[in-house]
Amino acid sequence: MSTYFVIAEHLQGALTETTFETLGAARALADATGGEVVGVLLGHGVQDMAGQLAAADRVLVADHPALEHFTPEAYNAALEPLLQEHQPRLTLFQNTAIGMDLAAYLAARLNWPLIAYCNGLRAEDGAIVTTSQIYGGKVFAECRLPEGPGMVTVLAGAFPAEAGQAGDAPRVETVSVSLDGLRTRFEELHEPEAEDVDITKADVIVAVGRGIQSEDNLELAEELAQALGGVVAASRPIVDAGWLPRMRQVGKSGQKVKPKLYLALGISGAPEHVEGMKDSELIIAVNTDPNAPIFDVAHYGVVADLFDVAEALLERLED
Amino acid sequence: MNIVVAVKQVPDLIEELEINEEGTGLDPDVLSFVLNEFDDHALEEALLLKEEAGATVTVVGVDTTGELDQALYTAIAKGADKAVKIVGDFEEGERMPTPIMARLLADAIREMDYDLVFVGVQAADDLDGQVAPMLAALLGLPHVGVVVGVEKADGAVKVHKEFWGGITADVLVETPAVLGIQAARQAPRYAPVSRVRQAMKEATIEEIEVDDLPEAPDASVCRMFIPEATGRAEMLEGDEEAVAGKIVEILKERGLV
Ligand SMILES: Cc1cc2nc3c(=O)[nH]c(=O)nc-3n(C[C@H](O)[C@H](O)[C@H](O)COP(=O)(O)OP(=O)(O)OC[C@H]3O[C@@H](n4cnc5c(N)ncnc54)[C@H](O)[C@@H]3O)c2cc1C
Ligand SMILES: Nc1ncnc2c1ncn2[C@@H]1O[C@H](COP(=O)(O)O)[C@@H](O)[C@H]1O
Repeated sequence: MSTYFVIAEHLQGALTETTFETLGAARALADATGGEVVGVLLGHGVQDMAGQLAAADRVLVADHPALEHFTPEAYNAALEPLLQEHQPRLTLFQNTAIGMDLAAYLAARLNWPLIAYCNGLRAEDGAIVTTSQIYGGKVFAECRLPEGPGMVTVLAGAFPAEAGQAGDAPRVETVSVSLDGLRTRFEELHEPEAEDVDITKADVIVAVGRGIQSEDNLELAEELAQALGGVVAASRPIVDAGWLPRMRQVGKSGQKVKPKLYLALGISGAPEHVEGMKDSELIIAVNTDPNAPIFDVAHYGVVADLFDVAEALLERLED
Repeated sequence: MNIVVAVKQVPDLIEELEINEEGTGLDPDVLSFVLNEFDDHALEEALLLKEEAGATVTVVGVDTTGELDQALYTAIAKGADKAVKIVGDFEEGERMPTPIMARLLADAIREMDYDLVFVGVQAADDLDGQVAPMLAALLGLPHVGVVVGVEKADGAVKVHKEFWGGITADVLVETPAVLGIQAARQAPRYAPVSRVRQAMKEATIEEIEVDDLPEAPDASVCRMFIPEATGRAEMLEGDEEAVAGKIVEILKERGLV
């Protein structure tokens, strides 16, 4: 029987949404191939969380003080012998700041193939076929995992979370772990500093990307946001440049937003950005590149210079 | 302190990408290359550490494009001390499977004197994000990925790792270690053209010649395709006045203005 391992992720005492999405994807594969889904939960005092992994048949819990907070070294040291022993057909990680630190390390240690950035998974004549996004989301690649154990990292938002939350309480088993000589020590978790503007609560967001070109040009975005009764948010490079505070960043490592209007100006639509805004009710994107992936998630698109459009729009709104 | 920074060139994603006839990769004729943006951050963070704590910075890359010199000289112009390129009979412009890339890099870095290896958290072309953890596994070192700042500590570094929603953690890692850099503490510096020219004249790039590619597991790409236009945006045509008018119409219909 094929076994599908799902490495569960949690932060601040709660399992992540992506964990359930991945669990659902594993459940579908297991059902199609007559396999078993095994959830793997690492942590300290996390027994209660195990029962939430409803779509799993079993959950293996590794409990150890060194696993209380995530560090790649401790988690990898706990996972390696488990995977080695069970040789699952497929081990599913999340393509997140946690899963990214685990999958490739273990793939190299175990000499197993790994496919990153999966947003599609299906069983086909006994083989597992994956779809991944590459080239900043502009191209998709389909791969066929060879026989034997393999690994994938699954993109957030690619599968519905509900499928991972449905099912009877799984059987929970504890596995023992020994972790010695660790060279990595978790010190402290930092919450983001509170901001006067909470972009997750805004109905209207004017989001700017690298196309805005300079900090001075943010004024135009600010004026437009005011005219629309909204707030300004941004893609990661704008925040990394220090032009806007971290809490204004939309995407994978920033905030998830779902406004009534998301106006994307000069944003290419990299998968990490799209992850944070694709569920917005109305997305209008302005970009000079007709092939920008942002147009795949937008409802309306304009191939034009953002400055021309923003100024024309501002004029019309002020009328 | 010795810091090795692995750098890679990726196709410029602003350009139109075309798939080759076999449907297995990009058409190499239409590609122009730029430095992977996270490698630029990795280099910046290494240079910041050099300025703060003193360090020798070595940039290293597997030259899969035939154009890596440009990136290496630019790194030297910015302040790197040494540049190394790994060359061999690689298919120019072809995507090399990441596990092979990681093994080539590990073999080269193993011979170097290093305390820290900095790698971009992910390359924009393959979106793998695999090289840093793989290097750590191959070199037998601890590692942390998605790093947004590094501070020198005693026999260790304190790194700031990012999770999501703005949550970060401080993690103390003994050196030697591998770090996957997401962002430097400040925007990457710019190298004036004159400095790059000077580097091209004065610096030498050390070459490591590879005869045979290492064996590595890989799930080869069967098919590459540009995603279907389903669910694609309805494009608003016309000059900016017309477009602005249409947008306002749409917003009015939805009661947004
Ligand atoms: C682990 C990880 C987490 C990440 N998290 C996030 C995240 O939370 N949020 C995020 O945004 N990114 C995130 N990223 C980065 C992401 O991969 C991209 O690098 C980023 O989203 C690109 O931002 P951009 O679209 O503004 O810039 P670019 O990709 O450079 O795009 C700029 C766009 O502007 C267009 N343009 C240029 N000039 C004009 C003009 N005058 N008028 C109109 N259009 C113009 C260009 O055609 C281009 O499409 C993350 C990456 C990693 C690896
Ligand atoms: N050919 C290469 N030469 C040097 N470094 C590389 C190469 N390929 C990948 N890397 C490094 O690995 C990082 C992540 O790449 P990837 O895992 O392929 O997404 C890049 O940002 C580089 O720092």
